[in-house]
Amino acid sequence: MSVQLKCRSAAIGYDGKAVIKNIDFQVSSGDYLCILGENGAGKTTLMKTLLGLIPLIGGELEFCGNMSKSKIGYLPQQTPVQRDFPASVSEIVLSGCLSRCGIRPYYKAKEKELALSIMKRLSIEKLSSCCYRELSGGQQQRVLLARALCAARKMLILDEPVTGLDPRAAHEMYELISTLNRNDGTTIIMISHDVNAVQYATHILQIGRTQLFFGEKQKYLESSVGMSFLQNIDTEAFI
Amino acid sequence: MKELFETLRFYFEYPFVQYAMIVGLLIALCSSLLGVTLVLKRYSFIGDGLSHVAFGAMSVAIVVGIADRMIIILPVTVAAAILLLRTGQNAKIKGDAAIAMISVGALAIGYMLINVFSKSANVSADVCSTLFGSTSILTLTKNEVLLCIGMSVIVILVFLLFYHKIFAITFDQDFAMATGIRANVYNFMIAVVTAFIIVLAMNLVGSLLVSALIIFPALSAMRIFKSFRNVIICSAIISVACAGVGLVLSILFSTPVGSTIVTADLAVFFLFSLVSFIMRKAAK
Repeated sequence: MSVQLKCRSAAIGYDGKAVIKNIDFQVSSGDYLCILGENGAGKTTLMKTLLGLIPLIGGELEFCGNMSKSKIGYLPQQTPVQRDFPASVSEIVLSGCLSRCGIRPYYKAKEKELALSIMKRLSIEKLSSCCYRELSGGQQQRVLLARALCAARKMLILDEPVTGLDPRAAHEMYELISTLNRNDGTTIIMISHDVNAVQYATHILQIGRTQLFFGEKQKYLESSVGMSFLQNIDTEAFI
Repeated sequence: MKELFETLRFYFEYPFVQYAMIVGLLIALCSSLLGVTLVLKRYSFIGDGLSHVAFGAMSVAIVVGIADRMIIILPVTVAAAILLLRTGQNAKIKGDAAIAMISVGALAIGYMLINVFSKSANVSADVCSTLFGSTSILTLTKNEVLLCIGMSVIVILVFLLFYHKIFAITFDQDFAMATGIRANVYNFMIAVVTAFIIVLAMNLVGSLLVSALIIFPALSAMRIFKSFRNVIICSAIISVACAGVGLVLSILFSTPVGSTIVTADLAVFFLFSLVSFIMRKAAK
């Protein structure tokens, strides 16, 4: 269990203004970290900082061992542009291999094989020539997950991966992510405000304008923060 | 029928008609290549916006009295393109509003400058021909044709070399950046190339119809084709075919070049919409 990512008293935010300060956590290989928080808590900001899309404002964010920013696979939320985008599944999955190309303007057979094997792994190889915009929400998420795996298999950052999916597709998505974590040893960092996400995680980081909790899931479930968060959501679900 | 071919052959012996044909087809090809990306990135109106900027710059050039107007038009348009495609990302004024603002502003100032300072007797005809492109494609010089060929080669090369990167940043800019693709560099490149094409296309169809050259082939192709590669290939073919047909028709029936080409594009769009409608019905 080597440490892959360390975050020490980090401050994150936009345009030099910190949204949250003093974030402390670390991720080891094989972990399944679930970052919880309500809307507007700063989850997406944290994720963008991890990915290097926006600069860190203060503190330290360090990738350890042979990990680096470019070795993270990323499953973003869908944008409106993508919903009617004319692209085939294989084109999208292959685009995950792009960073391996460097300045080479085309894909090699090796990259195409990688994309195909990942599509098989996620059982979407039959869709490879289908049009992305004609797929169901669950299939689209699998395609984007396959693309993320093409980019990197050591660590995946998932941004609300089940948003907009029906309960069954959401469950399948969670199961799939969980098998990637257990069988392939992929480190998972998942952002969610969904209470169901908690059951698959090994570690929990909860934020809400400040860091509320970081630690193993079992401790989280026993903590007052965890109890109140889960309870809140439960009661909301009933209303 | 035979007479028509005779007339056509007669016209095609003139170098200026040959020039118009070469330039027209090349511009149609380039604008359709970029069009797919621009439409998908929700920048359909950038053609309109930038061509108005180019019109404004041209007015300045006319008023100042510089012989080679490109010296002013190109840098100004490129700068506007970079500005517009940048503001799309972290916008205080959102993309569409920014385009509208710059385009209307440039148009107003350009027209005012021409109106107040121009020495030409027939101001409205001048304005009309820059806006609608009337016959300027038939008055191209050899140097302009060479310039156009050079620029087209650059555009096509950029497209071939960076095709996969352009796909990636069009589909999902955040993902591309997260995996280490330098999206800003490619956005910058797209902006510059777009500006070049629009300035070139102004000669062909005039400012007002530049948008049509960019969006119609892309939209038509998207009706039917389902992969990015096929959409691009198809849109290039549609664009070149429409430009060719439009040019020939405009020569034969002495209609305005720009409007004829756009009408051809429009016809293809409706045809493709119909085909896609029928295909969907048949699939059910």
